[in-house]
Amino acid sequence: MPHTEEDIKVMLDRIGVKSIDDLYSDVPSEVIYDREYDIPSAMSEIELRKHFEELGKKNQALTIFAGGGAYDHYSPSTIGHLLARSEFYTAYTPYQPEISQGTLQYIFEYQSMITELTGMESTNASMYDGATATAEAMFMMVASAKKKNRVLISGTVADRIINVVLTYAKFHGIDVTVIPEKDGISDLDAIKKELEAGDVAGVILSTPNKYGIIEDYTGFADAIHAAKGYMAINADPSTLAVLRTPAEWNADIACGDGQTLGMPLSFGGPYLGYISCSKNMIRKMPGRVVGVTTDADGKRAFVLTLQAREQHIRREKATSNICSNQSLMALYATVYLSLMGKQGLEEVNRLSCDGAHYLCDKLVNSGKFTLAFNKPFLKEFTLRTDLDIAKINKRLLDHGIMGGLNLGNGLVSFAVTEKRTREEIDQLVTLMLED
Amino acid sequence: MKYYDKIIFELSRPGRKGYELPADTYGNDALSHLPADLMRKGQPELPEVSELDVVRHYTNLSTKNFGVDTGFYPLGSCTMKYNPKINEEVAALPQFTQIHPLQDVKSAQGALELYYNLQKALANIAGLYEFTLNPYAGAHGELTGLMIMRQYHISNGDTKRTKIIVPDSAHGTNPASAMVAGLEVVEVKSKPNGSIDVEDLKPLLDDTVAGIMMTNPNTLGMFETEIMEIAKLVHEAGGLLYYDGANLNPLLGKVRPGDMGFDIMHINLHKTFSTPHGGGGPGSGPVGVTEKLARFLPNPRVKKLDDGTFIIETGEDSLGSISTFLGNFGVMMRAYAYILTLGKENIRNVGPLATLNANYIKESLKDDYLLPIEGVCKHEFVFDGLKDKSTGVTTLNVAKRLLDYGFHAPTIYFPLLFHESMMIEPTETESLETLDEFIEVMHKVAREARETPDLVKDAPVTTIVRKLDETTAAKNPILTYSSLMGK
Repeated sequence: MPHTEEDIKVMLDRIGVKSIDDLYSDVPSEVIYDREYDIPSAMSEIELRKHFEELGKKNQALTIFAGGGAYDHYSPSTIGHLLARSEFYTAYTPYQPEISQGTLQYIFEYQSMITELTGMESTNASMYDGATATAEAMFMMVASAKKKNRVLISGTVADRIINVVLTYAKFHGIDVTVIPEKDGISDLDAIKKELEAGDVAGVILSTPNKYGIIEDYTGFADAIHAAKGYMAINADPSTLAVLRTPAEWNADIACGDGQTLGMPLSFGGPYLGYISCSKNMIRKMPGRVVGVTTDADGKRAFVLTLQAREQHIRREKATSNICSNQSLMALYATVYLSLMGKQGLEEVNRLSCDGAHYLCDKLVNSGKFTLAFNKPFLKEFTLRTDLDIAKINKRLLDHGIMGGLNLGNGLVSFAVTEKRTREEIDQLVTLMLED
Repeated sequence: MKYYDKIIFELSRPGRKGYELPADTYGNDALSHLPADLMRKGQPELPEVSELDVVRHYTNLSTKNFGVDTGFYPLGSCTMKYNPKINEEVAALPQFTQIHPLQDVKSAQGALELYYNLQKALANIAGLYEFTLNPYAGAHGELTGLMIMRQYHISNGDTKRTKIIVPDSAHGTNPASAMVAGLEVVEVKSKPNGSIDVEDLKPLLDDTVAGIMMTNPNTLGMFETEIMEIAKLVHEAGGLLYYDGANLNPLLGKVRPGDMGFDIMHINLHKTFSTPHGGGGPGSGPVGVTEKLARFLPNPRVKKLDDGTFIIETGEDSLGSISTFLGNFGVMMRAYAYILTLGKENIRNVGPLATLNANYIKESLKDDYLLPIEGVCKHEFVFDGLKDKSTGVTTLNVAKRLLDYGFHAPTIYFPLLFHESMMIEPTETESLETLDEFIEVMHKVAREARETPDLVKDAPVTTIVRKLDETTAAKNPILTYSSLMGK
């Protein structure tokens, strides 16, 4: 705060009051808080840095072999440098397009790239995270389907996503039915049965699913569309460089978490959520959207568009309350995808997939693990074992390794990314099989 | 500098690349062996560019942007204060950025301690009992807070409480959040001075009311002086008070929302606690509650055990989860650094100096701009356009003309109470010299509006692009590069 005593005096004189307290004379005295807060004393930069370093020492950066919604992909150095441009990070929402073309253009590029990955028609400017984006997909389906208020979600969607969807549904008054999995994948027969009731607005699926399985959705879209419902697929966008896209499964909405696009794990955030949809649903899409236009001199320019859908215009008639996006993380994804390009993202998937299968084979060949479900997977997979997973993970932690996630009932799920080396995998296996 | 107008896809050349990855030594070719019908047909059309292409492209784009670091950003209700650099640096420490949200809590004690301490600090500053830091943004905080409100009534078996009272001057997110939370919005009118009409409120308070959403100071920057009466009435009717923390900044060091009778609130860390707005996010919208509501806070929650260690737990009575993990942790780190830097000694000056700055601008400009409500404001105030509207110069014209002079525009056409609203919020981090420059330019624009109105109506003229055709953009939306190329 730059105010000198002299400045304050000049300003008070202009306003015509004697003290700053006079500016609070309208506040009832009983609510004036005239004490210090119960927080620490001011720290200098030296002390602050030391404080954070001390706190940081209480964390352990591990060699990570787990996923569960957050994956240890590589973040190219360039991204951090470009995100540190303060013209990007100290700006607010591009309300004044003439001086926000930087933000508007990278959002447009982001929309273009995510649309390429999902194969859908368009993408919004980004959402908070993958789980809330999936909940918003549910809202879109209910708003699009006439007089239907029930949504089905496959039990193979990650629990953390289902939990958020259920919370949003409970308060909004949407009826959600979780369809129990069958052998680790979505149960099409059970879904068809529920569709017969005629009240289903949409179905939420995922790829890869919570076990890492790449599900085969043949027949799903036909059944759902025949029942006049919509289909949403929560998909890891990184994997869509190689896996069959939501559009190729005939989904109406693709959604998910953008963390896999090289974003640091950061103890759970910030990441970003994305929503892409087919053409007929664009006007039901939540949040910001950037479009191309021209300025008064005919120059190409970018602008927030389709704002008639948004909360600040429609207020209580809006279908979503989101008023911002994860803009800087959209820039992150955009720079990442620009650097990796069409070859790089495929290579990321190849290294991750090959590494995951290498690890899987080693563990299965030990005779102490079996594949929980004999289904294709990419970078994440789930094994069954009689070994004590908690004990193994404790041993691994002592060696600076985060082992597989303990899913209970003898199930453990691993994830391998391009950051892991063959040596790290070999060491993991040796440590796991120690007793 | 030369005008730069490329889209990244236009730099693409087949075979060019901007990355290096290790060689694949696994020798199993597993990807190629996945079933063909589970694979995508063809590659996505992502750009193929070099690292230098990427660096130049995005550096050029950054120069087309205006941030707080570029200049004065008096955007009302957005609290565009300076974002201290050290906060960026400590938030980038690898001991925090490299930890997995599901790793053993024993190996994440530093992160959990930070979450817990920030939560505690916010609770003290707000005069409330406990916070969740999981909500990702202000609107997400509103939604979470309203879910807590509903969960409270449901747990009391009071299921008919489905109405929420929202002032007609409220931020647009308030009614939208209420709708998403399954509440029915009932508007309460503002008096001519913008504050809630208590007489209009009274008949609305029946046993179907879940609560009221307010911000104080209100969206006109005026303190709701009857707040204690309002709190009493709402509580007597069995409702709860929700505080929209968008306007918390002027109260820092002066008034705690909990002491005014609020039961639930959210804080925008990206406003009051100086974390960067990031071009629209990531933000963070922690939600605080009184002791009786703490059990309804969303999962997961961070708890401190008696032995001083921290755990993550899920509460049985919780409303459920509203986020995948623990929210935008990276944003929390910056807010925590801000609080520690100011400390208890200096944080008290934030609200008073923000209020001083706002009143100084208001008093300096009310000769040229129409001040609909006299009296002291808090962190922001609203003009109803130019005083002299005879030349037809609108608030939009003035806003665009400010861009020509190197300032960001105020928030315009909000609140909806006036036709030509122009909402100005300087924040406490701006110096007297900056305020004086802004005041001088505002006077100059008012003079231009009288003498050469066309100059103002044609603005902006010095920006890299000029007035945009928003109508065509909405009528025929082009939202991707491939649709721009007609594919």
